[in-house]
Amino acid sequence: MAGILLAGFGGQGILFAGKQLTKAGMDAGKQVSWLPSYGPEMRGGTCNCSVNIDDKPIGSPLVTAPDILIVMNLPSLDKFEKKVVPGGCVFIDSSLVPKTCERTDIRAYYIPATKLADEAELNGLANVIMLGKVIRETGIFDYEFFRNELLTSAPKSKPQLGELNAKALKIGYDG
Amino acid sequence: MKEVFKKPHALTDKPFHYCPGCTHGIIHRLVAECIDEFGVEGKAVGIAPVGCSVFAYNYFNCDMIEAPHGRAPAVATGVKRANPDLFVFTYQGDGDLASIGTAETVHIGTRGENVTIIFVNNAIYGMTGGQMAPTSLPGQVTTTSPYGRDKHIQGSPIRICEMMATLEGVAYAERVSVDSVKNVIAAKKAIKKAFQTQIDKKGLSIVEVLSTCPTNWGLSPQKAIEWLRAEMIPYYPLGVFKDKTTESEAE
Amino acid sequence: MGRKLLMKGNEALAEAAIRAGCKLFFGYPITPQTELSEYMAKNMPKRGGLSLQAESEIAAINMVLGASAAGARVITSSSSPGISLKSEGISYIVGSDLPCVIVNVQRAGPGLGGIQPSQADYFQATKALGHGDMHFIVLAPASVQEIATLTGEAFDLADIYRMPVMILADGALGQMMEPVDFEEKKHREIPEKTWACTGTKDGRPHNIVNSLIIEPNELESVLEERYKRYAEIEEKEVMYEEFMTDDAEIIVTAFGITARIARTAVTAAREKGIKAGLFRPITLWPFPTKRLRELADKADRFLCVEMNKGQMVYDIKLATECRKPVDFYGRTGGIVPEPAEILNELEKLTGKGKE
Repeated sequence: MAGILLAGFGGQGILFAGKQLTKAGMDAGKQVSWLPSYGPEMRGGTCNCSVNIDDKPIGSPLVTAPDILIVMNLPSLDKFEKKVVPGGCVFIDSSLVPKTCERTDIRAYYIPATKLADEAELNGLANVIMLGKVIRETGIFDYEFFRNELLTSAPKSKPQLGELNAKALKIGYDG
Repeated sequence: MKEVFKKPHALTDKPFHYCPGCTHGIIHRLVAECIDEFGVEGKAVGIAPVGCSVFAYNYFNCDMIEAPHGRAPAVATGVKRANPDLFVFTYQGDGDLASIGTAETVHIGTRGENVTIIFVNNAIYGMTGGQMAPTSLPGQVTTTSPYGRDKHIQGSPIRICEMMATLEGVAYAERVSVDSVKNVIAAKKAIKKAFQTQIDKKGLSIVEVLSTCPTNWGLSPQKAIEWLRAEMIPYYPLGVFKDKTTESEAE
Repeated sequence: MGRKLLMKGNEALAEAAIRAGCKLFFGYPITPQTELSEYMAKNMPKRGGLSLQAESEIAAINMVLGASAAGARVITSSSSPGISLKSEGISYIVGSDLPCVIVNVQRAGPGLGGIQPSQADYFQATKALGHGDMHFIVLAPASVQEIATLTGEAFDLADIYRMPVMILADGALGQMMEPVDFEEKKHREIPEKTWACTGTKDGRPHNIVNSLIIEPNELESVLEERYKRYAEIEEKEVMYEEFMTDDAEIIVTAFGITARIARTAVTAAREKGIKAGLFRPITLWPFPTKRLRELADKADRFLCVEMNKGQMVYDIKLATECRKPVDFYGRTGGIVPEPAEILNELEKLTGKGKE
């Protein structure tokens, strides 16, 4: 069904966003896998993760030709734009990536996720705003279903996180 | 007839393989007597090293494990952590404990495992035929220091008790010798104290026993005893280097 | 079916070990198996067990030796360079007939190599991890679910046959998350550990755990006995998986993560009219020699795919007695092959599928 690649800097919640997609896929009864990039750097390095959501068993957990690319920094767009399958789509945080997609055989969506997050005082939730946009444009998950996934996956010690994530999702979905 | 001496129960009937005049036999007996006196044979697990005392597992009547060279402290840690009710001791030589196994020795001390180490220091590799040990003395001639140990080439001998005494987890460290009746009696007292330290769960206890190796020193047993007194004791002074056994738990 | 959890392979392995009654973990930090140690450190104390960070890989494997000798279920984990350091202890554990589970989350070598996924320790795991005549069971899971299932199985096999069992994973399997269900595992009869050093309690002769047998005749007969046990394992415990091999003209052989990538390639090849199949050894030792020999009579050729420069391929050639051509395709250095690369090899070898 979909190979999704999420990429950005460490600290932007790339891995978390990937996990949310994976968990939603699992709860929707799909076959799923999630694989992070791992390297020697601990902070500030580039970071990406591969998510597979499929009806068939997952072969390679690595997504090298994504159907959906989500990028939150310029190096990631430069590196992965060319890898998207023809007819696929790319989601770009336009508040951090001062460039547009060069390819014409893929659909590009722009949303100033980091700026929107700051304005809404949802610092650090630009990743979830990106997911809202992805769900809106691809229909990969039902909005209410995914919203509920976010609400229920917040740790018990921090229940308010679920509400904040749901708020961010809505901003992305409406944006 | 009155029985004045008998083999301790904790020793098997297997004859020792040690060379004539070697003091391993005395040290085995002292350890076994202490096992008897504390009544811990049924819950004791001993760890044999690689070196002259590699066959220690045949001589002690308690459960025994033969460890890879130098790794007895790690093996002892595994045993003690798997079953803290067991009474665990290692019996190691100088090459095993102070050379290839130095890291394991230091870290069992830092962890303060409730284990007793019997460290037999005879300043030479016995089983392999008289090579230089980490504890060989300056100037000592061995098959791998044929011109005498030169500190500029081979470094200086390591004083284990002094080093171990600096570690927080070491509760008891004493160096003894088995060169005289008086010192043998003192050595047994030290081993008993070390065992008591383990039973009281105070932390690691180590008894270093200065021992002779007439065969590889190239001396008669009598001369070997004299060499130990004249050469080893000045470099490795006898005494207690650490004693936390009287300290209360509250710190 | 229980509730599925989304877990990393490393975490699922640790959880499965705890559920299998493992009470002790000894390890040393190394990428990419770190999550396993961390999971143990966090969860063992809460569940009546102990997780201890050793001063070195060497100390860790010897703590395993001690704990196993004392009768406990015990595990250690590392990645390639760390496993090399453990090799001495593993040889002693084999020589002392002790059970334990050893995990290798492989990374690329030799030397410090890299930290990305690799299968380049196949030789080390199956042929020469430690000096002396020896074997131990090597299990190669291909998914997070299988990691969980095989870990439970590994403890039983270790106890039944009194030997180490290695879980041979890789950085991708360790790091990736998949749904996992810790279902009830199949029950095996576990023999009582009458040999363990638990103290004589003044009631039995002393037990000795030892690998030193100085008399050659005696050592030879001990080894003969141990090799009888090995033969029994080769007879009873071989595990493998087949996919579309029934009518396959070309059979891809692959283990672990590579096998699932090959499966995608085989499916794609079938869509292009190439009669491809997949044979996946799950036990790398004992190796599924018998079944491969049967397949060699049916298929035209084999393609062995690995994340190394060609290691299992020798076992495929031996098993098939070179009755059919065996080709090799591999990526190494931390590169995970893509299905398209394997498909391309299948097209080249069969001369089919290319437009």
